[in-house]
Amino acid sequence: MSRIIVGPFNRVEGDLEVRLDIEAEQVREAWVNVPLYRGFEQILAGKAPMDALAITPRICGICSIAQSTAAAGALAAAQNIAMPPNGAIATNLILAAENLADHFTHFYLFFMPDFARPIYADAPWFPAISARFQAMAGSAAREVLAARADLLHLTGLLAGKWPHTLAIQPGGTTRAVVAHERAHLSAILAGFRRYLETRTFGDCLEAIAAIDSMEELRAWMAARPPHASDLAMFLQVADHLCLERLGRASDRFMSYGAYRQDGRHLFAAGIWDGGVEKLAVEAITEDISHAWMTGIAEPVHPRDGVTMPDAEQPQAYTWCKAPRLGGKVVEVGALARQMVDGHPLIQDLVAESGGNVRNRVIARLLELARVLIAMEHWVRAIRPGAPFCHSGTMPGEAEGVGLVEAARGSLGHWLRIHDGRILTYQIVAPTTWNFSPRDRNGVPGALEQALVGAPVRPGERSPIAVQHIVRSFDPCMVCTVH
Amino acid sequence: MKVLWLQSGGCGGCSMSLLCAEGPDLISALELAGIRLLWHPSLSEAGAHELADLLETIIVGDEPLDILCVEGSLLRGPHRTGRFHVLAGTDVPMIDWVRRLAAKARYCVGVGTCAAFGGVTTAGPNPTDACGLQYDGSQKGGALGVGYRSLADLPVVNIAGCPIHPNWVIDTFRLLAAGEMDASDLDEFGRPRLYADHLVHHGCPRNEFYEYKASAQEHSQLGCLMEHLGCLGTQAHADCNARLWNGAGSCIRGGYACINCTAPEFEEPGHAFQYTPKIAGIPVGLPTDMPKAWFVALSSLAKAATPERLKRNAVADHAVVPPGGKAPRGGKI
Repeated sequence: MSRIIVGPFNRVEGDLEVRLDIEAEQVREAWVNVPLYRGFEQILAGKAPMDALAITPRICGICSIAQSTAAAGALAAAQNIAMPPNGAIATNLILAAENLADHFTHFYLFFMPDFARPIYADAPWFPAISARFQAMAGSAAREVLAARADLLHLTGLLAGKWPHTLAIQPGGTTRAVVAHERAHLSAILAGFRRYLETRTFGDCLEAIAAIDSMEELRAWMAARPPHASDLAMFLQVADHLCLERLGRASDRFMSYGAYRQDGRHLFAAGIWDGGVEKLAVEAITEDISHAWMTGIAEPVHPRDGVTMPDAEQPQAYTWCKAPRLGGKVVEVGALARQMVDGHPLIQDLVAESGGNVRNRVIARLLELARVLIAMEHWVRAIRPGAPFCHSGTMPGEAEGVGLVEAARGSLGHWLRIHDGRILTYQIVAPTTWNFSPRDRNGVPGALEQALVGAPVRPGERSPIAVQHIVRSFDPCMVCTVH
Repeated sequence: MKVLWLQSGGCGGCSMSLLCAEGPDLISALELAGIRLLWHPSLSEAGAHELADLLETIIVGDEPLDILCVEGSLLRGPHRTGRFHVLAGTDVPMIDWVRRLAAKARYCVGVGTCAAFGGVTTAGPNPTDACGLQYDGSQKGGALGVGYRSLADLPVVNIAGCPIHPNWVIDTFRLLAAGEMDASDLDEFGRPRLYADHLVHHGCPRNEFYEYKASAQEHSQLGCLMEHLGCLGTQAHADCNARLWNGAGSCIRGGYACINCTAPEFEEPGHAFQYTPKIAGIPVGLPTDMPKAWFVALSSLAKAATPERLKRNAVADHAVVPPGGKAPRGGKI
């Protein structure tokens, strides 16, 4: 048996290290270390509650809007106010723009370039993949950066800028939209639709969203040449490398529910554990048994959580706490969202092969189609002239929870206010779930489970299969520990 | 020019903002500026041990380094060990890597307010003992020390901003590559004057409201954000309302206050963000270079003369009174 340490992982957000025990050319056991601690939960304590709107987005430059939205949600709960319909629509549009930009960036700039690496030079698909997806040099990179920048014009209009906006307030958004600006928003979405339909999918978004089984996906593939679109190229690579056999974790999925409007979510909230169950947010705990943390030894609900770093903890190997739902490991992200929402294609894929590298990527691409279609409806539902923002007053004593779905999964903020100041502020981010360390029972987190069995080629110092699995989660390490 | 870009104790948002460069896209812009990325965490193919190998070749002098870009604050804690951020796979604290690499760089660039001054990571109790490359808040010093000069004899170039505008970075690269940036092109905090010689107030679309002290009372209203909602645009050094963000945006155009994010210690304004502290009804933070008595006198005069249109529009979320074609009634002097 040998042990290797892999890191830093580039083309993920933030810093990550993975320790691997390798036996018989396979990963036998994995430990995931998040090696950066900044202390946002300590920074927030004692601040004026509304300052969370300025501070929490700066936890993360890629999930900035998700952080804003969770903070605004927690503050709105504390103030007991709700957004007017226009404010809720604008918030969802801004959040969706970030989430889609993240899915898009992940596929083209973070994930696919690995298949253009020299290790695959002998694969039959390599010349085409390399020409299209090679990091920086492939034909996709420039196009994709331009299309992404165009999409994010939506945030320029509705949120001033991206990342790090103050446009999302507990009572709505700060930027009202008049009729011609609503038309401009539609034009921005039309531009992104055009890119997705011509290059990413080679098909209309509605057709992609309607694919409802593996059989139909295969038929879709068979009906067009392998280089017809980027999705088709990915599916060809996935088949050849059997990516559906790589990176299976616990197959227990969670979603807080995405894009709430008019009292319901576009994508439902819940748990999938062999079937859909109701989400019990009260069953969430965080455990510090393997983190460089001190404080409450028992796993506690984030409302009661504290964050006290201690680099000397003997059992620890990461700054990341171990969140659990009812004591169990869950996976979050696009795949989890689409499973919980019951999308037939994703349910069929997971029934066949579980949560894995291929299925996580397909779920993300599916969301590009499904969410953009929804955004077009939302823009049409904006009512110029009607209010975008209500004001509230902050009680001296209050509590609040803000739950949102970031691109990479479930993000929660738990806030307690005492004497007009923040008493505690606890954040559990998507990659805190996915890249959790072992808990007090020794149960490894989702990525730690997903890496077991990954093939390691002789002499590999940074095994390529490990890189595919890590990136398939679209991790955000700066959110993970914050 | 060969550029190495490292992410230290930050959020990665400056890289994410940089990817929004347009006219042309980032890759084309770098190419046109003659910039080659030796490594960037979001863009490069190589990673893991290949990066560690690259850093070593730079430190031993086998690979010349033209520009070292650092994004994120430098973490000195706990207890001066730097172990709040150990660069993955190396067991060496990031702050130590940065010190070694900075000694080999022709230019050292702090990208974003965290790398420049410490930024939001230093807020509150500064749990990680974070600082900037050459500043600790507004005090000189930081990770590299007061006396640091890069090989080209410049102090750290501080492209402060939370986040940076993509073109602040690209313009700085262009000038450095052309040999057209020297110490006189940096302001008192080492910020490139190409953007720091402006105020956010310049080009503010709410200027007319500012002139007549017609103020927004609540979020989403159109009036000036200075009097009640904490806007620091008249003091903030940046060209955000001239060089727009994500198409046609800026914080103020987005309806919320400028929080002066290019300044050292913006993270601790001494009061809540989005709130204007006042003494006897006068905002305490006035434009930097205006005598207070004059400001008060002009403000009272302006308030007395505020046209009805601005009064009403200031507290609405869309213009309810359009500009008239002729002088308003009672407007004769």
